[in-house]
Amino acid sequence: MDYRDLNLTGSSSPHIRTKDGTGHIMGEVMLAMVPALGFAVYNFGWRALVNTAVSILACCGFEWLYRAAMKKNNTVPDLSAAVTGMLIAFVCPVTIPYWILIIGDCFAIVIVKQLFGGIGKNFLNPALAARAFMLSWAGAMTNWVCPRASVPIWGAVDAATAATPMSYLHANNLAGLTETYSLGDMFVGVIGGSMGEVSALCLLLGGLFLLYRKVITWCIPVSYIGTVAVLTFIFPRGNDPVTWMLYNLLGGGLMLGAFFMATDYVTSPVSKRGQAIFGVGCGLITVFIRYFGSYNEGVCYAILLMNLTVWLIDRNVKPSRFGVTKAAKSKEKEAAAK
Amino acid sequence: MNFGKQLKEGLLTQNPVLVQLLGMCSTLAITTSISNGIGMGVAVIIILTLSNIFISLLRKIIPNQVRIAAFIVVIAGFVTMVDLLLQAYFQDLAESLGVFIPLIVVNCIILGRAESFASKNGVLASAVDGVCQGLGYTAVLLVMSAIREFLGSGALAGIQIFPAEYGANMLVLPVGGFLVLGCLIALMQWALNKSGKGGK
Repeated sequence: MDYRDLNLTGSSSPHIRTKDGTGHIMGEVMLAMVPALGFAVYNFGWRALVNTAVSILACCGFEWLYRAAMKKNNTVPDLSAAVTGMLIAFVCPVTIPYWILIIGDCFAIVIVKQLFGGIGKNFLNPALAARAFMLSWAGAMTNWVCPRASVPIWGAVDAATAATPMSYLHANNLAGLTETYSLGDMFVGVIGGSMGEVSALCLLLGGLFLLYRKVITWCIPVSYIGTVAVLTFIFPRGNDPVTWMLYNLLGGGLMLGAFFMATDYVTSPVSKRGQAIFGVGCGLITVFIRYFGSYNEGVCYAILLMNLTVWLIDRNVKPSRFGVTKAAKSKEKEAAAK
Repeated sequence: MNFGKQLKEGLLTQNPVLVQLLGMCSTLAITTSISNGIGMGVAVIIILTLSNIFISLLRKIIPNQVRIAAFIVVIAGFVTMVDLLLQAYFQDLAESLGVFIPLIVVNCIILGRAESFASKNGVLASAVDGVCQGLGYTAVLLVMSAIREFLGSGALAGIQIFPAEYGANMLVLPVGGFLVLGCLIALMQWALNKSGKGGK
Protein backbone atom coordinates (compact mmCIF):
# COMPACT_ATOMS: atom_id res chain seq x y z
CA MET A 1 0.00 0.00 0.00
CA ASP A 2 1.31 3.42 -0.89
CA TYR A 3 1.72 5.72 2.09
CA ARG A 4 0.15 8.48 0.02
CA ASP A 5 -3.22 6.79 0.40
CA LEU A 6 -3.06 7.29 4.15
CA ASN A 7 -4.36 10.59 5.38
CA LEU A 8 -1.07 11.78 6.87
CA THR A 9 0.44 15.20 7.21
CA GLY A 10 4.13 15.26 6.45
CA SER A 11 6.15 17.70 8.52
CA SER A 12 9.51 17.85 10.20
CA SER A 13 9.86 17.82 13.97
CA PRO A 14 8.84 19.17 16.45
CA HIS A 15 5.41 17.61 16.24
CA ILE A 16 4.00 18.64 19.59
CA ARG A 17 3.50 22.35 19.90
CA THR A 18 2.03 24.65 22.52
CA LYS A 19 0.08 27.76 21.80
CA ASP A 20 2.60 29.88 23.73
CA GLY A 21 3.80 32.83 21.75
CA THR A 22 5.27 36.17 22.64
CA GLY A 23 1.79 37.62 22.97
CA HIS A 24 0.78 34.82 25.30
CA ILE A 25 3.78 35.32 27.60
CA MET A 26 3.47 39.10 27.61
CA GLY A 27 -0.22 38.71 28.43
CA GLU A 28 0.71 36.65 31.48
CA VAL A 29 3.23 39.29 32.56
CA MET A 30 0.49 41.92 32.33
CA LEU A 31 -1.86 39.68 34.27
CA ALA A 32 0.80 39.30 36.96
CA MET A 33 0.98 43.08 37.29
CA VAL A 34 -2.76 43.46 37.79
CA PRO A 35 -2.67 42.98 41.60
CA ALA A 36 -0.07 45.74 41.91
CA LEU A 37 -2.18 47.94 39.67
CA GLY A 38 -5.23 47.23 41.79
CA PHE A 39 -3.31 48.22 44.89
CA ALA A 40 -2.08 51.40 43.19
CA VAL A 41 -5.70 52.35 42.53
CA TYR A 42 -6.53 51.64 46.18
CA ASN A 43 -3.53 53.62 47.39
CA PHE A 44 -3.51 56.60 45.03
CA GLY A 45 -6.96 56.70 43.43
CA TRP A 46 -8.25 56.22 39.90
CA ARG A 47 -5.48 58.31 38.41
CA ALA A 48 -3.24 55.26 38.74
CA LEU A 49 -5.49 53.37 36.34
CA VAL A 50 -5.76 56.31 33.94
CA ASN A 51 -1.95 56.69 33.92
CA THR A 52 -1.53 53.03 33.09
CA ALA A 53 -4.12 53.16 30.32
CA VAL A 54 -2.60 56.30 28.81
CA SER A 55 0.87 54.80 28.92
CA ILE A 56 -0.17 51.48 27.37
CA LEU A 57 -2.11 53.22 24.60
CA ALA A 58 0.77 55.61 23.89
CA CYS A 59 3.32 52.79 23.73
CA CYS A 60 1.17 50.71 21.39
CA GLY A 61 0.49 53.83 19.34
CA PHE A 62 4.18 54.68 18.92
CA GLU A 63 5.02 51.06 18.14
CA TRP A 64 2.35 50.94 15.46
CA LEU A 65 3.33 54.35 14.05
CA TYR A 66 7.03 53.50 13.77
CA ARG A 67 6.44 50.07 12.26
CA ALA A 68 3.94 51.51 9.80
CA ALA A 69 6.19 54.42 8.86
CA MET A 70 9.11 52.03 8.27
CA LYS A 71 6.82 49.64 6.34
CA LYS A 72 7.55 46.80 8.75
CA ASN A 73 5.14 44.22 10.11
CA ASN A 74 2.86 45.29 12.93
CA THR A 75 4.22 44.07 16.28
CA VAL A 76 1.56 45.61 18.53
CA PRO A 77 -0.31 42.28 18.97
CA ASP A 78 2.71 40.66 20.65
CA LEU A 79 1.89 42.94 23.61
CA SER A 80 5.53 43.72 24.38
CA ALA A 81 4.82 47.42 23.87
CA ALA A 82 1.84 47.17 26.20
CA VAL A 83 4.03 45.62 28.92
CA THR A 84 6.56 48.42 28.46
CA GLY A 85 3.77 50.97 28.76
CA MET A 86 2.45 49.38 31.92
CA LEU A 87 5.93 49.28 33.47
CA ILE A 88 6.62 52.92 32.62
CA ALA A 89 3.42 53.95 34.38
CA PHE A 90 4.44 51.75 37.33
CA VAL A 91 7.84 53.39 37.86
CA CYS A 92 6.50 56.95 37.89
CA PRO A 93 4.81 58.85 40.71
CA VAL A 94 1.04 58.86 40.32
CA THR A 95 1.09 62.65 39.94
CA ILE A 96 3.22 62.51 36.77
CA PRO A 97 1.80 64.86 34.12
CA TYR A 98 0.43 62.93 31.15
CA TRP A 99 2.67 64.69 28.63
CA ILE A 100 5.83 63.56 30.42
CA LEU A 101 4.44 60.04 30.50
CA ILE A 102 3.82 60.14 26.74
CA ILE A 103 7.31 61.53 26.01
CA GLY A 104 8.73 58.69 28.11
CA ASP A 105 6.67 56.16 26.14
CA CYS A 106 7.93 57.63 22.88
CA PHE A 107 11.54 57.46 24.09
CA ALA A 108 11.18 53.85 25.23
CA ILE A 109 9.52 52.56 22.10
CA VAL A 110 11.14 54.60 19.35
CA ILE A 111 14.67 55.32 20.59
CA VAL A 112 15.42 52.42 22.92
CA LYS A 113 13.48 49.64 21.22
CA GLN A 114 12.65 50.25 17.57
CA LEU A 115 15.81 52.05 16.47
CA PHE A 116 17.72 48.92 17.45
CA GLY A 117 15.34 46.69 15.52
CA GLY A 118 12.32 46.16 17.73
CA ILE A 119 11.47 43.34 20.10
CA GLY A 120 14.40 41.09 20.86
CA LYS A 121 17.04 43.54 19.65
CA ASN A 122 17.04 46.27 22.29
CA PHE A 123 20.02 46.13 24.64
CA LEU A 124 18.38 48.12 27.44
CA ASN A 125 15.12 47.59 29.23
CA PRO A 126 12.92 50.18 27.48
CA ALA A 127 10.85 51.02 30.55
CA LEU A 128 13.88 51.68 32.75
CA ALA A 129 15.71 53.63 30.06
CA ALA A 130 12.58 55.75 29.70
CA ARG A 131 12.51 56.34 33.45
CA ALA A 132 16.15 57.45 33.40
CA PHE A 133 15.32 59.84 30.57
CA MET A 134 12.19 61.13 32.28
CA LEU A 135 14.30 62.24 35.23
CA SER A 136 14.93 65.27 33.00
CA TRP A 137 11.83 66.56 34.74
CA ALA A 138 13.20 65.74 38.16
CA GLY A 139 10.56 67.70 40.06
CA ALA A 140 7.66 65.87 38.47
CA MET A 141 9.41 62.52 38.78
CA THR A 142 10.00 62.87 42.53
CA ASN A 143 6.66 64.32 43.58
CA TRP A 144 5.60 61.65 46.06
CA VAL A 145 2.10 62.00 47.50
CA CYS A 146 1.04 60.46 50.80
CA PRO A 147 -0.44 56.98 50.71
CA ARG A 148 -4.25 57.01 50.46
CA ALA A 149 -4.13 60.56 49.10
CA SER A 150 -6.82 61.55 46.64
CA VAL A 151 -5.21 62.64 43.40
CA PRO A 152 -7.46 64.29 40.81
CA ILE A 153 -7.47 62.65 37.38
CA TRP A 154 -7.11 65.97 35.63
CA GLY A 155 -5.79 69.36 36.71
CA ALA A 156 -3.45 70.62 39.39
CA VAL A 157 -2.37 68.17 42.06
CA ASP A 158 -2.49 69.61 45.54
CA ALA A 159 -2.37 66.40 47.54
CA ALA A 160 -0.03 66.36 50.50
CA THR A 161 3.42 65.04 49.70
CA ALA A 162 5.38 62.74 51.94
CA ALA A 163 8.91 61.42 52.23
CA THR A 164 9.21 57.92 50.83
CA PRO A 165 10.81 55.09 52.82
CA MET A 166 13.82 55.38 50.53
CA SER A 167 14.54 58.96 51.55
CA TYR A 168 14.44 57.92 55.23
CA LEU A 169 16.83 55.07 54.47
CA HIS A 170 19.10 57.35 52.49
CA ALA A 171 19.29 59.70 55.46
CA ASN A 172 20.05 56.72 57.76
CA ASN A 173 16.92 57.61 59.72
CA LEU A 174 15.68 54.13 60.58
CA ALA A 175 14.00 55.33 63.78
CA GLY A 176 12.00 57.94 61.87
CA LEU A 177 11.07 55.38 59.26
CA THR A 178 9.81 52.77 61.71
CA GLU A 179 7.71 55.48 63.35
CA THR A 180 6.18 56.61 60.06
CA TYR A 181 5.64 53.29 58.33
CA SER A 182 5.34 49.99 60.17
CA LEU A 183 6.75 46.83 58.62
CA GLY A 184 3.20 45.75 57.89
CA ASP A 185 2.55 48.97 55.97
CA MET A 186 5.73 48.39 54.02
CA PHE A 187 4.76 44.85 53.14
CA VAL A 188 1.19 45.61 52.14
CA GLY A 189 2.21 48.85 50.48
CA VAL A 190 0.46 51.70 52.29
CA ILE A 191 3.49 53.92 51.67
CA GLY A 192 4.51 56.73 49.34
CA GLY A 193 6.48 55.97 46.22
CA SER A 194 6.20 55.15 42.55
CA MET A 195 2.73 54.04 41.62
CA GLY A 196 3.31 50.35 40.97
CA GLU A 197 6.22 49.63 43.27
CA VAL A 198 4.67 50.31 46.69
CA SER A 199 3.03 46.97 47.38
CA ALA A 200 5.61 44.25 47.99
CA LEU A 201 2.75 41.84 48.70
CA CYS A 202 1.02 42.30 45.34
CA LEU A 203 4.31 42.22 43.44
CA LEU A 204 5.31 39.01 45.20
CA LEU A 205 1.96 37.50 44.26
CA GLY A 206 2.55 38.51 40.65
CA GLY A 207 6.10 37.22 40.75
CA LEU A 208 5.03 33.87 42.18
CA PHE A 209 2.39 33.61 39.47
CA LEU A 210 5.06 34.18 36.81
CA LEU A 211 7.30 31.57 38.47
CA TYR A 212 4.41 29.11 38.64
CA ARG A 213 3.59 29.67 34.98
CA LYS A 214 7.30 29.30 34.16
CA VAL A 215 7.34 32.68 32.44
CA ILE A 216 10.41 33.57 34.51
CA THR A 217 12.92 31.41 36.36
CA TRP A 218 13.89 31.91 39.96
CA CYS A 219 17.57 32.66 39.21
CA ILE A 220 17.47 36.40 38.72
CA PRO A 221 14.90 37.40 41.38
CA VAL A 222 16.44 35.17 44.05
CA SER A 223 20.05 36.15 43.37
CA TYR A 224 19.08 39.83 43.11
CA ILE A 225 16.95 40.05 46.25
CA GLY A 226 19.29 37.67 48.06
CA THR A 227 22.33 39.84 47.37
CA VAL A 228 20.55 42.93 48.64
CA ALA A 229 19.39 41.03 51.73
CA VAL A 230 22.86 39.70 52.56
CA LEU A 231 24.62 43.02 52.01
CA THR A 232 22.13 45.06 54.01
CA PHE A 233 22.17 42.46 56.79
CA ILE A 234 25.96 42.39 57.04
CA PHE A 235 26.38 46.15 56.76
CA PRO A 236 23.38 47.67 58.52
CA ARG A 237 23.19 51.35 59.32
CA GLY A 238 21.97 51.35 62.91
CA ASN A 239 21.84 48.64 65.54
CA ASP A 240 19.10 46.47 64.14
CA PRO A 241 20.30 44.54 61.08
CA VAL A 242 17.08 42.57 60.61
CA THR A 243 14.80 45.61 60.56
CA TRP A 244 17.25 47.51 58.36
CA MET A 245 17.39 44.62 55.95
CA LEU A 246 13.61 44.18 55.79
CA TYR A 247 12.98 47.87 55.15
CA ASN A 248 15.61 47.81 52.43
CA LEU A 249 13.97 44.81 50.80
CA LEU A 250 10.42 46.13 50.98
CA GLY A 251 11.13 49.76 50.12
CA GLY A 252 11.78 51.23 46.72
CA GLY A 253 11.53 49.39 43.45
CA LEU A 254 13.38 46.21 44.43
CA MET A 255 10.44 43.80 44.12
CA LEU A 256 9.17 45.33 40.89
CA GLY A 257 12.68 45.42 39.45
CA ALA A 258 13.67 41.92 40.50
CA PHE A 259 10.53 40.15 39.27
CA PHE A 260 9.40 42.22 36.30
CA MET A 261 12.35 44.16 34.93
CA ALA A 262 15.59 42.29 35.56
CA THR A 263 13.89 39.15 34.19
CA ASP A 264 13.15 40.70 30.79
CA TYR A 265 14.17 37.99 28.30
CA VAL A 266 15.79 40.37 25.87
CA THR A 267 18.06 42.13 28.32
CA SER A 268 19.10 39.32 30.66
CA PRO A 269 21.59 36.47 30.17
CA VAL A 270 20.51 33.18 28.67
CA SER A 271 22.17 30.60 30.93
CA LYS A 272 21.25 30.01 34.56
CA ARG A 273 24.76 30.75 35.77
CA GLY A 274 24.76 33.92 33.74
CA GLN A 275 21.44 34.92 35.24
CA ALA A 276 22.80 34.37 38.75
CA ILE A 277 25.79 36.60 37.98
CA PHE A 278 23.41 39.17 36.51
CA GLY A 279 21.23 39.11 39.63
CA VAL A 280 24.18 39.41 42.01
CA GLY A 281 25.52 42.32 39.97
CA CYS A 282 22.15 44.07 40.12
CA GLY A 283 22.04 43.56 43.88
CA LEU A 284 25.55 44.88 44.42
CA ILE A 285 25.00 48.02 42.37
CA THR A 286 21.60 48.64 43.97
CA VAL A 287 23.09 48.55 47.46
CA PHE A 288 26.11 50.63 46.41
CA ILE A 289 23.88 53.34 44.99
CA ARG A 290 21.58 53.29 48.01
CA TYR A 291 24.54 53.48 50.42
CA PHE A 292 27.02 55.72 48.66
CA GLY A 293 25.14 57.42 45.83
CA SER A 294 23.36 60.73 45.82
CA TYR A 295 20.09 59.14 44.68
CA ASN A 296 17.76 57.50 47.17
CA GLU A 297 17.10 54.50 45.02
CA GLY A 298 19.39 52.48 42.78
CA VAL A 299 17.27 49.71 41.25
CA CYS A 300 16.73 51.49 37.95
CA TYR A 301 20.41 52.24 37.31
CA ALA A 302 21.55 48.89 38.68
CA ILE A 303 19.44 46.99 36.16
CA LEU A 304 20.38 49.34 33.32
CA LEU A 305 24.08 48.96 34.08
CA MET A 306 23.82 45.20 34.26
CA ASN A 307 21.84 45.22 30.97
CA LEU A 308 25.00 46.61 29.40
CA THR A 309 27.04 43.64 30.64
CA VAL A 310 24.71 40.94 29.34
CA TRP A 311 26.71 40.33 26.14
CA LEU A 312 29.85 39.94 28.22
CA ILE A 313 28.19 37.50 30.62
CA ASP A 314 26.64 35.52 27.78
CA ARG A 315 29.95 35.27 25.97
CA ASN A 316 31.85 33.98 29.01
CA VAL A 317 29.25 31.79 30.69
CA LYS A 318 28.45 29.24 28.05
CA PRO A 319 26.83 26.03 29.24
CA SER A 320 28.92 23.01 28.26
CA ARG A 321 27.72 21.07 25.26
CA PHE A 322 26.02 17.77 25.95
CA GLY A 323 28.50 14.92 25.98
CA VAL A 324 31.58 17.08 26.29
CA THR A 325 33.58 16.10 29.35
CA LYS A 326 36.46 17.96 30.89
CA ALA A 327 38.91 15.39 29.58
CA ALA A 328 37.60 15.73 26.05
CA LYS A 329 37.80 19.49 26.35
CA SER A 330 41.42 19.52 27.43
CA LYS A 331 42.24 17.10 24.61
CA GLU A 332 40.57 19.47 22.18
CA LYS A 333 42.65 22.31 23.56
CA GLU A 334 45.84 20.35 23.18
CA ALA A 335 44.93 19.51 19.63
CA ALA A 336 44.21 23.17 18.93
CA ALA A 337 47.55 24.15 20.50
CA LYS A 338 49.40 21.76 18.22
CA MET B 1 40.14 69.74 -8.79
CA ASN B 2 36.53 69.04 -8.17
CA PHE B 3 35.07 71.45 -5.68
CA GLY B 4 31.57 69.99 -5.86
CA LYS B 5 32.81 66.48 -5.17
CA GLN B 6 34.94 67.58 -2.25
CA LEU B 7 32.05 69.57 -0.78
CA LYS B 8 29.75 66.58 -1.06
CA GLU B 9 32.32 64.35 0.58
CA GLY B 10 32.87 66.81 3.42
CA LEU B 11 29.19 67.36 4.10
CA LEU B 12 27.79 63.89 3.44
CA THR B 13 29.60 60.82 2.19
CA GLN B 14 32.88 61.44 4.07
CA ASN B 15 31.47 63.63 6.82
CA PRO B 16 34.23 63.92 9.45
CA VAL B 17 31.96 63.36 12.44
CA LEU B 18 29.12 61.19 11.20
CA VAL B 19 31.02 58.92 8.81
CA GLN B 20 34.70 59.08 9.78
CA LEU B 21 33.77 59.37 13.47
CA LEU B 22 36.53 61.91 14.14
CA GLY B 23 36.46 64.87 16.50
CA MET B 24 33.77 63.29 18.69
CA CYS B 25 35.09 64.71 21.95
CA SER B 26 34.54 68.35 21.07
CA THR B 27 31.33 67.50 19.25
CA LEU B 28 29.86 65.90 22.35
CA ALA B 29 31.09 68.56 24.71
CA ILE B 30 30.33 71.90 23.15
CA THR B 31 27.04 71.34 21.32
CA THR B 32 24.88 72.63 24.14
CA SER B 33 23.91 75.85 22.35
CA ILE B 34 23.89 77.07 18.76
CA SER B 35 26.27 79.96 19.46
CA ASN B 36 28.84 77.49 20.80
CA GLY B 37 28.36 75.32 17.73
CA ILE B 38 28.92 78.19 15.29
CA GLY B 39 31.93 79.52 17.21
CA MET B 40 33.62 76.14 17.39
CA GLY B 41 32.77 75.34 13.77
CA VAL B 42 34.24 78.59 12.44
CA ALA B 43 37.37 78.14 14.56
CA VAL B 44 37.88 74.66 13.16
CA ILE B 45 37.26 75.77 9.55
CA ILE B 46 39.92 78.48 9.89
CA ILE B 47 42.48 76.26 11.59
CA LEU B 48 41.85 73.30 9.32
CA THR B 49 42.16 75.36 6.15
CA LEU B 50 45.32 77.16 7.25
CA SER B 51 47.00 74.04 8.56
CA ASN B 52 46.07 72.14 5.39
CA ILE B 53 47.60 74.91 3.25
CA PHE B 54 50.83 75.02 5.23
CA ILE B 55 51.24 71.29 5.53
CA SER B 56 50.63 70.96 1.81
CA LEU B 57 53.28 73.60 1.17
CA LEU B 58 55.74 71.86 3.49
CA ARG B 59 54.89 68.32 2.40
CA LYS B 60 58.08 67.84 0.42
CA ILE B 61 60.31 69.23 3.18
CA ILE B 62 58.91 67.36 6.19
CA PRO B 63 60.79 64.08 6.71
CA ASN B 64 58.45 61.13 6.78
CA GLN B 65 59.72 59.85 10.15
CA VAL B 66 58.75 62.98 12.12
CA ARG B 67 55.76 64.06 10.09
CA ILE B 68 53.20 63.75 12.90
CA ALA B 69 55.27 65.94 15.21
CA ALA B 70 55.73 68.47 12.43
CA PHE B 71 51.99 68.49 11.70
CA ILE B 72 51.24 69.06 15.36
CA VAL B 73 53.63 72.02 15.50
CA VAL B 74 51.91 73.65 12.52
CA ILE B 75 48.44 72.95 13.91
CA ALA B 76 49.35 74.15 17.40
CA GLY B 77 50.63 77.41 15.94
CA PHE B 78 47.31 78.16 14.26
CA VAL B 79 45.30 77.02 17.26
CA THR B 80 47.23 79.40 19.48
CA MET B 81 46.54 82.24 17.08
CA VAL B 82 42.82 81.52 16.95
CA ASP B 83 42.68 81.04 20.72
CA LEU B 84 44.31 84.41 21.38
CA LEU B 85 42.12 86.12 18.78
CA LEU B 86 38.98 84.67 20.36
CA GLN B 87 40.07 85.78 23.81
CA ALA B 88 40.79 89.26 22.48
CA TYR B 89 37.63 89.85 20.44
CA PHE B 90 35.01 87.26 21.50
CA GLN B 91 35.55 86.87 25.19
CA ASP B 92 32.12 85.35 25.98
CA LEU B 93 32.54 82.72 23.31
CA ALA B 94 36.09 81.94 24.43
CA GLU B 95 34.86 81.47 27.97
CA SER B 96 32.00 79.17 27.02
CA LEU B 97 34.19 77.04 24.73
CA GLY B 98 36.88 76.96 27.38
CA VAL B 99 39.45 74.25 27.05
CA PHE B 100 38.01 72.93 23.80
CA ILE B 101 39.71 75.62 21.69
CA PRO B 102 43.24 74.64 22.83
CA LEU B 103 42.19 71.03 22.46
CA ILE B 104 41.71 71.55 18.71
CA VAL B 105 45.47 70.86 18.58
CA VAL B 106 44.74 67.19 19.11
CA ASN B 107 41.45 67.19 17.22
CA CYS B 108 41.54 64.10 15.03
CA ILE B 109 39.84 65.82 12.11
CA ILE B 110 42.71 68.24 11.61
CA LEU B 111 45.51 65.75 12.11
CA GLY B 112 43.56 63.23 10.03
CA ARG B 113 43.18 65.59 7.08
CA ALA B 114 46.83 66.61 7.35
CA GLU B 115 47.92 62.99 7.25
CA SER B 116 45.48 61.66 4.68
CA PHE B 117 45.02 64.64 2.36
CA ALA B 118 47.24 67.70 2.75
CA SER B 119 50.48 65.73 2.88
CA LYS B 120 49.62 64.09 -0.43
CA ASN B 121 47.90 66.84 -2.44
CA GLY B 122 48.54 70.29 -3.83
CA VAL B 123 47.95 73.57 -2.03
CA LEU B 124 44.68 74.56 -3.68
CA ALA B 125 43.09 71.13 -3.32
CA SER B 126 44.19 71.01 0.33
CA ALA B 127 42.70 74.42 1.02
CA VAL B 128 39.39 73.37 -0.53
CA ASP B 129 39.53 70.13 1.43
CA GLY B 130 40.03 72.08 4.65
CA VAL B 131 37.01 74.28 3.96
CA CYS B 132 34.80 71.35 2.94
CA GLN B 133 35.69 69.10 5.87
CA GLY B 134 35.37 72.08 8.21
CA LEU B 135 31.93 72.80 6.79
CA GLY B 136 30.94 69.19 7.34
CA TYR B 137 32.04 69.42 10.96
CA THR B 138 30.24 72.74 11.43
CA ALA B 139 27.05 71.37 9.90
CA VAL B 140 26.98 68.51 12.38
CA LEU B 141 27.70 70.88 15.26
CA LEU B 142 24.85 73.12 14.14
CA VAL B 143 22.31 70.32 13.82
CA MET B 144 23.33 68.74 17.11
CA SER B 145 23.38 71.96 19.06
CA ALA B 146 20.04 73.01 17.57
CA ILE B 147 18.43 69.72 18.62
CA ARG B 148 19.96 69.79 22.08
CA GLU B 149 19.27 73.44 22.73
CA PHE B 150 15.71 73.32 21.43
CA LEU B 151 14.55 70.08 23.04
CA GLY B 152 16.70 70.48 26.12
CA SER B 153 16.05 74.04 27.15
CA GLY B 154 13.29 75.21 24.83
CA ALA B 155 15.41 77.84 23.10
CA LEU B 156 16.94 78.31 19.65
CA ALA B 157 20.06 80.49 19.39
CA GLY B 158 19.20 81.97 22.78
CA ILE B 159 15.59 82.87 21.90
CA GLN B 160 13.15 81.14 24.23
CA ILE B 161 10.53 79.28 22.19
CA PHE B 162 8.78 77.30 24.91
CA PRO B 163 9.27 77.55 28.67
CA ALA B 164 12.51 75.96 29.82
CA GLU B 165 10.80 73.78 32.44
CA TYR B 166 9.18 71.76 29.64
CA GLY B 167 12.58 71.00 28.11
CA ALA B 168 14.23 67.62 28.61
CA ASN B 169 17.33 68.92 30.37
CA MET B 170 18.86 65.46 30.01
CA LEU B 171 19.69 66.49 26.44
CA VAL B 172 21.82 69.42 27.58
CA LEU B 173 23.74 67.17 29.95
CA PRO B 174 26.62 65.04 28.59
CA VAL B 175 24.36 61.98 28.25
CA GLY B 176 22.22 63.94 25.80
CA GLY B 177 25.28 64.55 23.64
CA PHE B 178 25.88 60.83 23.27
CA LEU B 179 22.20 60.20 22.65
CA VAL B 180 21.79 62.81 19.92
CA LEU B 181 25.12 61.95 18.27
CA GLY B 182 24.18 58.26 18.23
CA CYS B 183 20.83 59.03 16.61
CA LEU B 184 22.46 61.32 14.03
CA ILE B 185 25.08 58.71 13.11
CA ALA B 186 22.34 56.11 12.75
CA LEU B 187 20.32 58.49 10.56
CA MET B 188 23.36 59.24 8.40
CA GLN B 189 24.20 55.57 7.91
CA TRP B 190 20.59 54.82 7.10
CA ALA B 191 20.47 57.60 4.53
CA LEU B 192 23.80 56.59 2.97
CA ASN B 193 22.79 52.94 2.79
CA LYS B 194 19.48 53.90 1.27
CA SER B 195 21.12 55.95 -1.45
CA GLY B 196 23.56 53.10 -2.08
CA LYS B 197 26.65 55.04 -1.04
CA GLY B 198 27.34 53.33 2.25
CA GLY B 199 30.95 52.56 2.98
CA LYS B 200 30.52 48.79 2.85
